[in-house]
Amino acid sequence: MSLQKFISEAISPWMKKDGADSDIVLSSRIRLARNLKEYKFPLLATMEESSAVVKQVKESLLTDDNQETGPLELVLMEDLKANEKRVLVEKHLISPNLAEQSKHGAVILSEDESVSIMINEEDHLRIQCLFPGFQLTKGLEAASRLDDWIEERVTYAFDEKRGYLTSCPTNVGTGLRASVMMHLPALAMTRQLNKILPAINQLGLVVRGIYGEGSEALGNLFQVSNQLTLGKSEQDIVEDLRDVVMQLIQQERAAREVLMQSSKLQLEDRVYRSYGILSYSRVIESKEATQRLSDVRLGIDVGLLENVSANILNELMILTQPGFLQQYAGEVLSPDLRDERRATLIRERLKLENDTNE
Amino acid sequence: MKCQECGEREATLHFTKIVNGKKAEFHICEHCAREKGEHIPGSNSFSIHQLLSGLLHLDKPINTSQDKVNRPKELVCHNCGMKYEQFTRTGRFGCAACYKSFEDKLDPILKRVHSGNHTHSGKIPVRVGGGIQLQREIDSLKAQMKQYIEREEFEQAAETRDQIRALEEQKKNQGEG
Ligand SMILES: [Zn+2]
Ligand SMILES: [Zn+2]
Repeated sequence: MSLQKFISEAISPWMKKDGADSDIVLSSRIRLARNLKEYKFPLLATMEESSAVVKQVKESLLTDDNQETGPLELVLMEDLKANEKRVLVEKHLISPNLAEQSKHGAVILSEDESVSIMINEEDHLRIQCLFPGFQLTKGLEAASRLDDWIEERVTYAFDEKRGYLTSCPTNVGTGLRASVMMHLPALAMTRQLNKILPAINQLGLVVRGIYGEGSEALGNLFQVSNQLTLGKSEQDIVEDLRDVVMQLIQQERAAREVLMQSSKLQLEDRVYRSYGILSYSRVIESKEATQRLSDVRLGIDVGLLENVSANILNELMILTQPGFLQQYAGEVLSPDLRDERRATLIRERLKLENDTNE
Repeated sequence: MKCQECGEREATLHFTKIVNGKKAEFHICEHCAREKGEHIPGSNSFSIHQLLSGLLHLDKPINTSQDKVNRPKELVCHNCGMKYEQFTRTGRFGCAACYKSFEDKLDPILKRVHSGNHTHSGKIPVRVGGGIQLQREIDSLKAQMKQYIEREEFEQAAETRDQIRALEEQKKNQGEG
């Protein structure tokens, strides 16, 4: 398969659209945990019960033409090969837990993959809506409409006092997890993150690094999300998160400006070294690749590097993960081979970009 | 080793976190871990469920052999058969009815996890919760009516009373339909 075709098939269509503040916020996600009233939660459900949940959800949601999401498709985990599941995980469409441990796990996907509904993960339903850039409020509205549409068709477990009943007490109430993926290289470089992140934790929000093959935060990518789901309205939860993200955006922009004023040459050198390594290396580990990609992306955002579209770096962050590398290679690869293929894929991708810009 | 957050309690959770490519060691007590909401992805040794389970275990009374004889009947969910003890171990419920079965024990647990909250004040589903939505409106109108009466604003009170009647009628019809 040609690289161009592979990429167009590998990247979810929703990712290709532009969103607000996309120089810093890569994506916004709204997740709603829901359960069906009459079934045991997946933890205790028997194989028969889990299979009945899939059947009921399928019959309820796949028959109608849904205005909100367009046509939906259901994929059973048991029908997928290990690497196909891995690719869905790397695209953030399913969780590792659904891929590996669920009984009769399944996922319902919209055509542009902006909607994914996991079935029989920790809860019967995990409704997820993904948006490019910073679009939390719009995201909540869309997810809520989809939730209403689903509720017309299946009976949710709901309690006046506790709200939407979930398997884990950490999700009960709204069942809402709102999160944004942020690229914060300047705050990291200027060592301000260490001061900011603990303060954010105190506001009832969680910040996590994005973890790759090892356990290290990669590529200056951070996911900020709400922790509390009970006692506050969905709107308040999202607004609190939005306010904090807005502050982080401002601070990141300010830090980028300071870097450009105080050490433009050093920054330019760093950006171009990383670009050089990505363009010419023959072997590259995922940790180095994501760090270099982060540098190049920063270079594009502050105007030091032209003729490279910001999108290809979002793409490469995903494409250079093990599942995709193996999908592209069409075979299972050892870690050493992956490092080689990763370097090749990045080189080819950057060359493709140069060719189209000439 | 003392907890590095509070400096008082003994640190029971030890982990390394990588921030900006630098390794940082953390030693904190369970109390502070809970306050900070620490959860380290990618490390199985410290999942939210285990943390939660650890917290739930604090509730459990220590049984002596004498207690075992007079121990009150074990708390079990009538619907799915999950034992309360099992819930504290897994940190997860077995079914929706568990929330009612373990009701008496839940407030403090939920308060811990949700910054002091134990009652839902968010979205109410239209179909399942329709009656609840109406009841909330009726309750708030009743409170309003009481205020009007206290202020001797009888015209408004009468209007509000009619609104309440209409809603109660609606609720009755919904219940029958
Ligand atoms: Zn402490
Ligand atoms: Zn139960």
